[in-house]
Amino acid sequence: MIHEFFIQDFTWFFIYLIIVLSFNLAFGFTGMVNLGHMVSVGIGAYTSALLTLNGVPWYIALLAAGIIACVIGTIIAAITVRLKGDYFQIVTLGLIFIAIAVSRNWISLTRGALGLPGVPDIIRSNFYYMLFTMVLSLMALWFVYWLTNSETGKIFQAIRDDETATAILGKNTYFYKVLSLAISTFLAGIAGGLMVHQINFVDPSIFDLEQFIIILFMLIVGGLASIKGSILGVFLLFALIDLLRFLVVRPELIGPVRQMALLLILLLVLIYRPKGIFGKVDI
Amino acid sequence: MLSLWKVSKTSGVFEHTKNSLLEFFSVCKSFGGVKAVDGCTFSVGNNTITSLIGPNGAGKTTIFNIISGLTKPDYGKIKLLDSEITGLPAYKIAQAGISRTFQLTKVFRNMTIRDNLLIAKKASDGEMKSALARVHLHKPLDMAAGELSYGQQRLLEIARAVLREHKLLALDEPTAGVNPQIRQELKAILRGLKEKGNTVLLIEHDMEFVMNISDEVIVLNEGRVLKRGKPQDIVKDKEVLEAYLGK
Repeated sequence: MIHEFFIQDFTWFFIYLIIVLSFNLAFGFTGMVNLGHMVSVGIGAYTSALLTLNGVPWYIALLAAGIIACVIGTIIAAITVRLKGDYFQIVTLGLIFIAIAVSRNWISLTRGALGLPGVPDIIRSNFYYMLFTMVLSLMALWFVYWLTNSETGKIFQAIRDDETATAILGKNTYFYKVLSLAISTFLAGIAGGLMVHQINFVDPSIFDLEQFIIILFMLIVGGLASIKGSILGVFLLFALIDLLRFLVVRPELIGPVRQMALLLILLLVLIYRPKGIFGKVDI
Repeated sequence: MLSLWKVSKTSGVFEHTKNSLLEFFSVCKSFGGVKAVDGCTFSVGNNTITSLIGPNGAGKTTIFNIISGLTKPDYGKIKLLDSEITGLPAYKIAQAGISRTFQLTKVFRNMTIRDNLLIAKKASDGEMKSALARVHLHKPLDMAAGELSYGQQRLLEIARAVLREHKLLALDEPTAGVNPQIRQELKAILRGLKEKGNTVLLIEHDMEFVMNISDEVIVLNEGRVLKRGKPQDIVKDKEVLEAYLGK
């Protein structure tokens, strides 16, 4: 039997893989730097938590996590994707602060800063939950691979390279950008649902910028527009965290050393492999 | 057939023509206080090569952007055969049958040649190779477009525009930044396209190129049509020379 430590680690690996893949779809493949990506994860987490706490079966709650994140993501996308470059990023960054404010202040729904404890498990056995997250992450991998190699995926990539040229070739770039964000937020919502059933708790810190920085690190190190890169990026981060856990003797140093190590790796990758390890496009 | 118009060389009024593909009627476009296009009217004949020329700032690229839907006109009408396309978004105008290239090439640099062509049309490898052969670009389909030289990227952009189902091919300075050999190839390519029934609207600064391949030349100055006619007449026209060289 696998050691409990690795079961937990792999479970988180598979959950983060879905998050990074979904972020890669919007950022790496479509060129939309959605800085508010963790908002969709958080919406998924809160949705699944609230529904299961109110007796809704987990499979409906998990699906609803994806759907609600997707609906909200699509509405936001429909309004914001016309914004170009930095403006889109500023607006999506603002979404993080709106999400934090709403989750802290809508106390009747979210219990504010106290969060929602006691979110039920989907599967009692941690080992089977790890397998469950693995199956879902493999499904997400296959889906993103299939999508990015389909005609729709090629249009996403064309928009990333040159939106005007894509429109001139008869493609409704607005529709495809909204579609890309809708799919991306759906997957992120599912990952949020999986996350909340893993830790049985959710609070407004799920929206924190720090969470997003970790996702960004995984994506950039692995490389944009590369599925292999997403897998490697998530793997490297987990490997680094685990390694430091064993190498750093004093527990109070683990956090700062981890942050410095992440920064160092990011710098080295950006200097020597500016596209990331497996990246296909410039950051 | 719609009533289509043509500017008379002698009177400057609009003459009805039956074989026009594109009608650009009284179009105005200002950017702030600058009138980039000022009541411009012309038509493009079916199965012709028509060149738009004029000094810098004459409004040529703005006209191209209006025709292709990247810029909305303040006033005026644009018709492509039976359909009015004024103010439609770029993708709808492309679907209506206008295919264009840009002054600075816009290929999808991170994608392969195959994927570049695939965005234009869901074509077989054979079709794609023959589209590339038409522009004398003999490169593997799996090669990244970003690895092509600038001139080759321009040829790819033209191949992409030609591959699309289109009624009008609008090329914005196709010879800009390309070597003399490709420039000569482009002449042959455009003539070949015309022989195959294509209609080409061209912006070009290379006068030798324009005079060599155009059936008709439209001279623009300060956002207006200054002259329109056969290349041999345009090249001798006093007003045109003044617009280019000053009085």
